Amino acid sequence: MLVDIADLRVTFATRTGTFEAVRGVSMRIGTEKLGIVGESGSGKSLTARSLMRLLPANARLSAERLTFDGIDVLNADERTMRTIRGRRAGFILQDPKYSLNPVMTIGRQVAEAWRTHKGGGRREAEEAAADLLDQVRIRDPRHVMGLYPHEVSGGMGQRVMIAMMLAPDPELLIADEPTSALDATVQAEILRLMEDLVTRRGMGLILISHDLPLVSHFCDRVAVMYAGRVVETLAAGELARARHPYTRGLLDCLPSLTHPRERLPVLARDAAWLQP
Amino acid sequence: MTASPMIDVDRLRVSFGDKEVVKGVSFRVPAGECFGLVGESGSGKSTVLRALSGLNGAWSGRIAVAGAEVGPKRHRAFFRKVQMVFQDPYGSLHPRQTIDRILSEPLLVHGLGDVERRVAATLAEVALPAAVRFRFPHQLSGGQRQRVAIARALIAEPEVLLLDEPTSALDVSVQAEILNLLADLRRQRRLTYVLVSHNLAVVAHLCARIGVMLGGEMVEELSAEDLRAGRAQHPHTRELRTLSVGLEEV
Repeated sequence: MLVDIADLRVTFATRTGTFEAVRGVSMRIGTEKLGIVGESGSGKSLTARSLMRLLPANARLSAERLTFDGIDVLNADERTMRTIRGRRAGFILQDPKYSLNPVMTIGRQVAEAWRTHKGGGRREAEEAAADLLDQVRIRDPRHVMGLYPHEVSGGMGQRVMIAMMLAPDPELLIADEPTSALDATVQAEILRLMEDLVTRRGMGLILISHDLPLVSHFCDRVAVMYAGRVVETLAAGELARARHPYTRGLLDCLPSLTHPRERLPVLARDAAWLQP
Repeated sequence: MTASPMIDVDRLRVSFGDKEVVKGVSFRVPAGECFGLVGESGSGKSTVLRALSGLNGAWSGRIAVAGAEVGPKRHRAFFRKVQMVFQDPYGSLHPRQTIDRILSEPLLVHGLGDVERRVAATLAEVALPAAVRFRFPHQLSGGQRQRVAIARALIAEPEVLLLDEPTSALDVSVQAEILNLLADLRRQRRLTYVLVSHNLAVVAHLCARIGVMLGGEMVEELSAEDLRAGRAQHPHTRELRTLSVGLEEV
């Protein structure tokens, strides 16, 4: 197993006590595509960030087991963590506008990412950067390398992010809402690109999103989170057979092009869903 | 149609510098109806809405609201008739004003009395608890904030609401609530909507007629029924529809 999480908890200290944002999540991930779906505040991003130990300073992390390829993430020192972060596990975030350095050309940023992990000379890094950009299907890599982030579109920016992430040949890719800032046509392209790269390189993928139908299209398994817990894990093809009322409610309240309805059903949240 | 439409946009053009981003867009919305504008980012759909709302004065063409032509500069009476709701309920409310203050402001601007009653009544209309009135925006959830933004737009009793991606920053369960609220309000108050969204399903849910924008032009105008049934003419409309329907088939 690439990732093994058992009884993960993330707690925040508040003025009046503690707030448990992730309340006992367990999951095992191999070289597969796992989707984590939930609404804002469900703890889906925190779960993925715990794995990299990239949590806000006031968060407390505990787990029965939290390992990445056998490395105990809970007790690993910072040096060990740095060999995981970015190198063995790549991270892609929502908006490339905020993830790219605005005052550095794209070519230099990709080359820098490559050199950080692989070493080597400037020339070599430049060649590698062009190759990486080519792999994410940027048509004219040499031209794009000379551009600044504000000169490229959102979809192109996200391709650049993926290229940087690919530089150290990671084993796991964590994508946190990678396409929510993008148009529908671009969104499909980027997800297909990620799916293709992950399959071809034999990587694991954790795709975090609020969009249940979208995720089920691109993943093998989907874990549905609600209020800090995984309430249901489904094979992606079996979404229609979801049993948990929350999952069903999420699917049901989407407006549909093909099945119009006068009123949308509203999710009635049940206090019982909070219980394990 | 004998009566003049509530909104009449004719050959609207908008340029930023020497780049034309809206290249002659025309559409009409009869009173009490909802017109949807869909397209991808950069297609000019929001720019059309901003010209319509008076937020951008650098346009040419003709815009008429309720039969009266309006110019780039709008009179105060225009803003009583036409109000706008923005995408991001986190950015569109003043962070240091209470909900009470936020909702009272349009009443003061338009010199409407009876502030107490109107604020309370409008909060109830958007289904917010009365206690919300003396809270600050950061104390509310995203969905509650969007309800406040809708309440602020409604409080001066407009006839037209311009909605710019009103649900795309919200969770899908909250989106359903807001879409239902907007549908109810339109029926009760006989409001006219122009809804801008990139989400075809959302637009088709709320609007009877839909304009598809691409590269600053409206490449197709069709009914929601035709869109649902796949009777779209333009390839871009078909592409958007295929992507939207593709995700529904699980």
